[in-house]
Amino acid sequence: MTKPNERKLTIARAMAEATAQEMRLDPGVFVMGEDIAALGGVYGNTRGLLDEFGPERIRDTPISETAFIGAAVGAAQDGMRPVVELMFVDFFGVCFDAIYNLMAKNIYFSGGNLKVPMVLMTSTGGGYSDGGQHSQCLYGTFAHLPGMKVVAPSNAYDAKGLMTAALRDDSPVVYMYHKGLQGMGWLGTEPGATVHVPEESYTVEIGKAKVVREGRDVTIVSLGLGVHNALKAAKTLEGKGVSAEVVDLVSLVPLDRETIRASVAKTGRLIVVDEDYQSYGVSGEIIACVTEHDISVLKAAPKRVAFPDVPIPYARVMEQYCLPNPDKIVAAWDEMGAMQPA
Amino acid sequence: MAPTRDEQHWMYRNMVTSRRFENAIAKIYFEGKTPAFNMANGPIPGEMHLSDGQEPVAVGVCAHLNPEDVVTATHRPHHQAIAKGVDLDKMAAEIFGKASGLSGGRGGHMHLFDTDVNFACSGIIAQGMGPAVGAALSRKMQGKPGVAVAFVGEGAVNQGGWHEAMNLAAVWNLPFVCVIEDNAWGISVAKSAATAVATNDVRAAAYGIPGTRVEGNDPFAIYDAAGTAIARARNGDGPSLIEVETYRLAGHFMGDAEGYRPEGEKDGLFAKDPIPAMRARLLKEGTASEEELAAIESAAEARVDAAITFARDSADPAPEDALTAVFAA
Repeated sequence: MTKPNERKLTIARAMAEATAQEMRLDPGVFVMGEDIAALGGVYGNTRGLLDEFGPERIRDTPISETAFIGAAVGAAQDGMRPVVELMFVDFFGVCFDAIYNLMAKNIYFSGGNLKVPMVLMTSTGGGYSDGGQHSQCLYGTFAHLPGMKVVAPSNAYDAKGLMTAALRDDSPVVYMYHKGLQGMGWLGTEPGATVHVPEESYTVEIGKAKVVREGRDVTIVSLGLGVHNALKAAKTLEGKGVSAEVVDLVSLVPLDRETIRASVAKTGRLIVVDEDYQSYGVSGEIIACVTEHDISVLKAAPKRVAFPDVPIPYARVMEQYCLPNPDKIVAAWDEMGAMQPA
Repeated sequence: MAPTRDEQHWMYRNMVTSRRFENAIAKIYFEGKTPAFNMANGPIPGEMHLSDGQEPVAVGVCAHLNPEDVVTATHRPHHQAIAKGVDLDKMAAEIFGKASGLSGGRGGHMHLFDTDVNFACSGIIAQGMGPAVGAALSRKMQGKPGVAVAFVGEGAVNQGGWHEAMNLAAVWNLPFVCVIEDNAWGISVAKSAATAVATNDVRAAAYGIPGTRVEGNDPFAIYDAAGTAIARARNGDGPSLIEVETYRLAGHFMGDAEGYRPEGEKDGLFAKDPIPAMRARLLKEGTASEEELAAIESAAEARVDAAITFARDSADPAPEDALTAVFAA
């Protein structure tokens, strides 16, 4: 349902619009990556930019992630504001040295004398049987290593504002967009991600989580596609008389621990939904940030709905078995309720 | 092309400064590490990679560079840092892990960053290639003067990232020069056992760019080859590759027993030490008098002494400052 003056955009279009607006303002902003020029990005997030800005600033690269991400670090240190695309986050294996040993450490190694203003945008997520090298999220892998800001939008409004904020940041920002939210015609898209986006430029603060649904009985914390699963579960829970609050992390680094703690202090219960692998990752960090702060607020042991610790399988039934979904979140509540009824 | 008289004096001064600096570091490095060697002890802890013998590469190339030009160097960076004009006091203090160091003690000897002269080095093989190529791209896109030079060792050419960056520099025709310091050893593995071609200049053919090999660790020949490559980059004619034969007179790191070296190899290298060789040449060709050379040497000594004193006298960083400067201010 479109309201008057509403301007619904996909995340892909919102990212491209933010990039174009910053490119008009700042000649130092340019984009490098594989298939980001004529093709407009495999996930559409640079579509239209080549026509407006030309091949100098919208630069297709060889399939050489180590070289062009390393080059982005050098260009960023030299006064430019590069945006680079790592087409699938899974490809980090061929270029992580450039990312975490250079991009993430050079500000520190220089004692703060250098700025490294660059954005590394990368696609995450599965659910469409693309196999175990094209379906991971790896949120925890990136968020674990110091020196990179890490954001993950769940909708087009945040996507645009986060991109603008990332492009204006003097530190490296890893911008992780979920393929299932991107709005590509050839891949199913969560409709809730396509929302009203103001035409004018604006920023969404990096490091601030959002309470996207208010509730009293349980806090469901998630990011990216997981936020939509959480909202669907919250609706089901509402039918059972349970009032669920949903927190969209928006940013993993910095992590808005205050908003998470305040919500759990109110509801007393916590479910974390994460499409990344369960162990040593985001879900554990969220639970720890609550329990190490004040365990007395909890009325039940926290639960997590995350990807089991296995490579991502290809077969549809196997992958879907592993992925988080609204039913699993509701089941997590049921288990929690059984432990200690509301 | 040949260096002018002033350039020759500059080259000799920087070679001597570098060697005196390494000698000072080597001596201090063992403070607190005898009788039992423990890398964690003493005023200079951690690994230490000295550049003795490789000075001609640094001065032959950097003689053509200005502060605005960008250099990335390796884990063995002191000679290049000195030739690029990195602040010697702050560099020494960084190596001592002091608050007055280039990065307040956060980096150490493998992570020297001096933004005033666009110098950086890093600790992993071939790692400086991407950032140097990116700096070259930045200058080209901005229409700003300056070229980028990546110094790497001969072992680096077997890293995938080296080839990726060479290709990127060539396909985008960037003002970039890669200088390979061929000291014949990747820690303990000989070049002949690690690299499929005898000389790496031939690899330039893979990128359609000029490749040159300089034999004999000769600062004049290096100056000549680097001058051609850097002029080509400045003129917008694209990247070049230079491999220089040089000598690693020290071990890979301090404490390296070097049991892998063939008998007598080191003696042969010391006989070819480039610093006395350059000194003799300057005298022979009348480019410098004995008095001038003595003055250069004592000035270099004094400069190094002052830097070491500055480093020793500087305060340790506040431990809690470790938690700062992760992100840009």
